[in-house]
Amino acid sequence: MPWSREQLAERAARELRDGFYVNLGIGIPTLVANYIPGGMKVVLQSENGMLGMGPFPFEGDEDPDLINAGKQTITELPISSYFSSADSFGMIRGGHINLSVLGGMEVSERGDLANWMVPGKVVKGMGGAMDLVAGVKRVIVLMEHVARDGSPKFKPSCELPLTGAGVVDMLITDLAVFNRADRHAPFDLIELAPGVTEADVRAKSTASFRSALRATA
Amino acid sequence: MAIAAAGGKVFPNAKAALADIAHDGMSILSGGFGLCGIAEHLIAALSELGVKQLTVISNNAGIDDRGLGLLLQSRQIRKMISSYVGENKEFERQYLHGEIEIEFNPQGTLAERIRAGGAGIYGFYTRTGAGTKVAEGKETRVVDGETYVLETGLTADLAIVKAWKGDPEGNLVYRKTARNFNPVMATAGRITVAEVEHLVDVGELDPDQIHTPGIFVQRILQGDNYKKAIEQRTVRKRVSHAVVA
Repeated sequence: MPWSREQLAERAARELRDGFYVNLGIGIPTLVANYIPGGMKVVLQSENGMLGMGPFPFEGDEDPDLINAGKQTITELPISSYFSSADSFGMIRGGHINLSVLGGMEVSERGDLANWMVPGKVVKGMGGAMDLVAGVKRVIVLMEHVARDGSPKFKPSCELPLTGAGVVDMLITDLAVFNRADRHAPFDLIELAPGVTEADVRAKSTASFRSALRATA
Repeated sequence: MAIAAAGGKVFPNAKAALADIAHDGMSILSGGFGLCGIAEHLIAALSELGVKQLTVISNNAGIDDRGLGLLLQSRQIRKMISSYVGENKEFERQYLHGEIEIEFNPQGTLAERIRAGGAGIYGFYTRTGAGTKVAEGKETRVVDGETYVLETGLTADLAIVKAWKGDPEGNLVYRKTARNFNPVMATAGRITVAEVEHLVDVGELDPDQIHTPGIFVQRILQGDNYKKAIEQRTVRKRVSHAVVA
């Protein structure tokens, strides 16, 4: 059975480590915040200029001067700090953020990511995604394994315009988890969703990848 | 041109602060992220003054009837330089009909271009956008196996910024995430006009806590009745305190 959106977020949360500074993209990646393991200290960065993002406010406590990159109202924590967009992207580009979790439209077997533009459709812009993939130490992409029409999204090369070339370290789809040792290595298939076989994953991918499944009970 | 009023930098309102400097075809840096920290009175004044053919540099384009959406509705903008414009339907319509030009910059590149412009730096090499459409037509350089793209500094005829507090010297203090692009934009306008919620006397702001030093601000005004719209109101339920532990 494929993983749900919540399960994707929960799986991504297992990549968090104590003391990490993390930037979560809009959509499913935002849900990762709900699965930070108890007792672990993770500081969430919001690229519009905040470190130490807190949960949504209680009704009536919304502050229009306090939003996240998805323009949602949020709260501050005792550890929070605010800064300008230039400082924010200095943190991101300068490699000070440990982990970024982003959504994807296509990922290539070389780790290219496309997630900002579909030619011929309305272009909304890349926001901070290109800076995040270029500067954050580790990049995890969460996406559905296939498009709505069933076509593969994990491919030999991306057909959509790239967000970054060779930038993806880990890909988590609703069917499987792929990881690679470094940004020049091929992807290894390391986990399958319950009831999903490697053959299923290969049938729904055109990308080549190695099998590195651990024996499961 | 006298950039400051006879009595100093303080102007009575947004329209008075822009009336003699706004002109057709000018470039404008406009602070804010979404609708958070936008110079809402100065945008309204530009709308009222009716200046056209504007090039507006702003992370976003407002929503249909708020923020820069006002200047889009009245077709005063010729070109936008932004990182994300997904929240504005009118922008989408004008773009599809070829009525408006857009130059997308990655958000961090946009911020750094403005920072560089304000700091007198011609350009910088960044990994952001290497190997993508953003790098097309730009100089690239390979250092230690990494490809970097040359991005140039950005300035404009006018910067409009919003702060929480300011003083007659032009010193500014922002509040929470309403800071965003405002401090960098304040440095990169040939004339920077700041609107503040609270214009306080000189000496009331702690010099150690000033975010934008007054040298970057030529004109300042206090706005009233801030609307401060929220785009995505997200809340959690209050837990009942009736439960006794």
